[in-house]
Amino acid sequence: MYPIVLLSVLGIVTLFLGFSKSKNILLPSTLLFLAVALAGNFLEWNQGPLLYFYDMFRVDNLTLAFNGIVLASAFMIVAISGGFQDNAEAEPAEYYSLMLFSLVGAIMMIGFEHLIMLFIGVEILSVAMYVLTGSNKRNLRSNEAALKYFLMGAFATGIMLFGITLLYGATGSFDLTTIQAFVSTTQQAVPSYLLYAGLLLLMIGMLFKVSAAPFHFWTPDVYEGAPTIFTTYMSTIVKTAGFAALYRLLSHSFTGIYGFWWIVIAVIAILTLMVGNIGAVTQNSFKRMMAYSGISHAGYLLIALTALSKPTQNAIVFYSMAYSLSTIAAFGVLMLVSKEKTLEGQPDERYDAFNGLAKQNPFLAFVMTVAMLSLAGIPLTAGFWGKFFVFSSAADRGIIWVPAVAVLMSTVGIYYYFRVIIASYLKEGDIAEIRVAPFYKIVLILATVLTILFGLAPGLLEGLI
Amino acid sequence: MLTLLLILLPIVAGVITLTVGANSAKQVALIGALAELGLALFVWSQFDPAAGVQFAFKYNWLASAGISFGAGLDGISLVLVLLTAFLTPLIILSTFGHTYKNGSAFYSLILFMSAALVGVFSATDAFLFYLFFEAALIPVYFLAAVWGGENRLKVTFKFFIYTMFGSLFMLVALIYLYYQTPGTHTSDITAFYQLQLSAKSQGFVFWAFFVAFAIKMPLFPFHTWQPDTYTESPTPATMLLSGIMLKMGVYGLIRLLLPIVPLGLETWGLLAVILSVIGIIYGSIIAIQQRDMKRLIAYSSFAHVGLMAAGVFAFSITGLQGAIIQMLAHGINVVGLFFVIDIILDRTKTRNLDQLGGITQMAPQLSVYFMILLLGSVALPLTNGFVGEFLLLSSVFAFNSWLGAIAGVTIILGSVYMLRLFQMSMFGPKSKWAEGFKDLTLSERAVLLPLVIMVLWIGIYPGTFLSISEPAVKNLLQLVGK
Repeated sequence: MYPIVLLSVLGIVTLFLGFSKSKNILLPSTLLFLAVALAGNFLEWNQGPLLYFYDMFRVDNLTLAFNGIVLASAFMIVAISGGFQDNAEAEPAEYYSLMLFSLVGAIMMIGFEHLIMLFIGVEILSVAMYVLTGSNKRNLRSNEAALKYFLMGAFATGIMLFGITLLYGATGSFDLTTIQAFVSTTQQAVPSYLLYAGLLLLMIGMLFKVSAAPFHFWTPDVYEGAPTIFTTYMSTIVKTAGFAALYRLLSHSFTGIYGFWWIVIAVIAILTLMVGNIGAVTQNSFKRMMAYSGISHAGYLLIALTALSKPTQNAIVFYSMAYSLSTIAAFGVLMLVSKEKTLEGQPDERYDAFNGLAKQNPFLAFVMTVAMLSLAGIPLTAGFWGKFFVFSSAADRGIIWVPAVAVLMSTVGIYYYFRVIIASYLKEGDIAEIRVAPFYKIVLILATVLTILFGLAPGLLEGLI
Repeated sequence: MLTLLLILLPIVAGVITLTVGANSAKQVALIGALAELGLALFVWSQFDPAAGVQFAFKYNWLASAGISFGAGLDGISLVLVLLTAFLTPLIILSTFGHTYKNGSAFYSLILFMSAALVGVFSATDAFLFYLFFEAALIPVYFLAAVWGGENRLKVTFKFFIYTMFGSLFMLVALIYLYYQTPGTHTSDITAFYQLQLSAKSQGFVFWAFFVAFAIKMPLFPFHTWQPDTYTESPTPATMLLSGIMLKMGVYGLIRLLLPIVPLGLETWGLLAVILSVIGIIYGSIIAIQQRDMKRLIAYSSFAHVGLMAAGVFAFSITGLQGAIIQMLAHGINVVGLFFVIDIILDRTKTRNLDQLGGITQMAPQLSVYFMILLLGSVALPLTNGFVGEFLLLSSVFAFNSWLGAIAGVTIILGSVYMLRLFQMSMFGPKSKWAEGFKDLTLSERAVLLPLVIMVLWIGIYPGTFLSISEPAVKNLLQLVGK
């Protein structure tokens, strides 16, 4: 609960800091605020399930773990944003405060105990993201992305609200525990179709946010159009929060009608895997590939959700963490490389931009390679164990065909992730030595070391939650 | 503990090689590989064939999930570990005539590869096996992709994706098996042996394993990556691929497929043997047509591994023992042959048989070594190839006499393409490419001599090696009640 209060207050403080002449203060202060929030988050560790705000918000170790991932990712992303020093038109104070506010939304989504809380969380997160997507205001693609994201997002939110309304109609409550009681008693005796419809619509709204197919159409354009730093933010924080919310919703309230929704999620998972992986193959732009790769990773996470077995919780936490680490590292390197090279006035974000990276910048090439290996799920990286846990959770339920398709698709994944590695190590190119700021370097090292560390010792954090 | 040392030593040597400069990388890597060989020989001297898995090491990796870092050696493992330890220093020594740019990276990758291979052969935990199985791929991929020929990027990429695709199926099968184990689940391979799976699920697991290992070996029809990859890779990588890595597939069949899904093998074994036999004949016929020497050996290797697989699928003590001794023999022969071809390429700048000829006059020593290795490969009695092929063919014959007869043709076809290779390159009028051909240097002799000694040793007294694996093979057969 502390991070909600802290971030709300500190977000406003950040806005005021924007009035000061010195823009240099913003970056360190935002990092400090995030560190404070992160520390505050873990104050409640092992305090048992606590309910706040008239029983609308729940704090347990799972909430705190997801909060930890989200806040740590935000910390790393802010650290590599570099204070937007090189962009005269940027408004760092506004960006940072929006980021802090949006984290409040993410945390509400993670810990909601009441559907209204979920809705408010989704809105807080989304509205901030719409603005940040369009923050490069003179850029056509950025504007297009923001508008597209906003229109589609607003529509999805509407559908979600509709779903919540129907659920209220069926059960008479917004409260997850009450709904759970209804599902396991009344629903079993007299099935209410209103409830089914409500759940479906609610799920559709949420699946839109995590960019699952067939609700993914906004993703490639928005990810590509948004400034890379906010693409990173979207693809890690929004996705983690979205899956945390989906997991809480389904595992808490709807296990009673597992037979109804699991097949829906399974089909969507397979569709998402196919769209994500096959879509990524045809891309020439690395950034757009990462958008499709984000879609495909939503597919893997959905597999864990489909099973909803004992290992699922661990699988989702671990996978979100592994995915966030690698994504931050990959986009971090992309930002450095594309800043150096331009193509028709735009940053060059194609695979070819990485040609010959390893020659002058072995460090960046290595970071990129580890990130790609992890996303591809090659052993001895965190990403491998993420996939392993996901497949395990499906196997625990006895579902074999979904992981079998996923395996086929992850072979496709190797194809496009390796293109970057090949470009940086094996192709000829002329990239001068890129200067990496110390803070930036620390983040990249941290992401790489953690990816390898969790690859070697996946049990490190096990049993904590 | 010794097993762990066997795995760690090449890694440590590899890291040291990486840190010393490019100038001394060769020597450091060679010393590391020789130390590994010494350690392996020491392990052999301490090894008791009858005592089952020895030198075991177990460290709880994911304690709650029952996944451990478990390694140990039984007879079957030890033979292959010895092969790896024996070939690695020779492969490193074989490069002494070349200079590779970024030498330290090159040699450390070879050592990392050999660590992963030892890991595969000694893992007693299924997930550890999988990890090493995959990990072996990465160094050899970079060896081939960075130091390979013109089309290397395309070819190695296909190779990588192809083999990755196969092993992922194995992963699904392993996860499935893991969830079938009782209690809190364990991934110990011996626990998998105890599972009583239904015939239907055994069928699925059979195919998952089959695809994984058939791609790695490769068996028909999963072989399309192999000739290109062997041809485009730099010779040391080709040696690693054909000499040792191919054996991972055969070893996987013996260690995982046979004992875990015997019922699946009963249902599908005939089809598997038929595919293997098709590979033998198909590979041999294509080999006869080849002009490129490296490609010729690549196809011959494809044919040989088909015979090994057929013997394994026949599932008898002769078949398994034949496959194990043949793995040893094939590893030695193929590394020797690739090296001879590399020597010829180095001096004449061509691998094309049409352009070669008359080397015998210039290089008598090379001809002798070449001939002995080649005869080993065509399975002449008293050479190492004979023992393996004889045992393998007799097991396939016992399995199904028609298939045995067809597979037997390999002996004839094998001598056709091998003798043709020798005749066209070494005999005949001296071609202009062979002008000024120098005979072997000291370091080249140092590679070929141990290989040739092994060809004759295994050919004359195979008992040394057969006795290592025999109790383990019997044990395996007993396990499934054969």
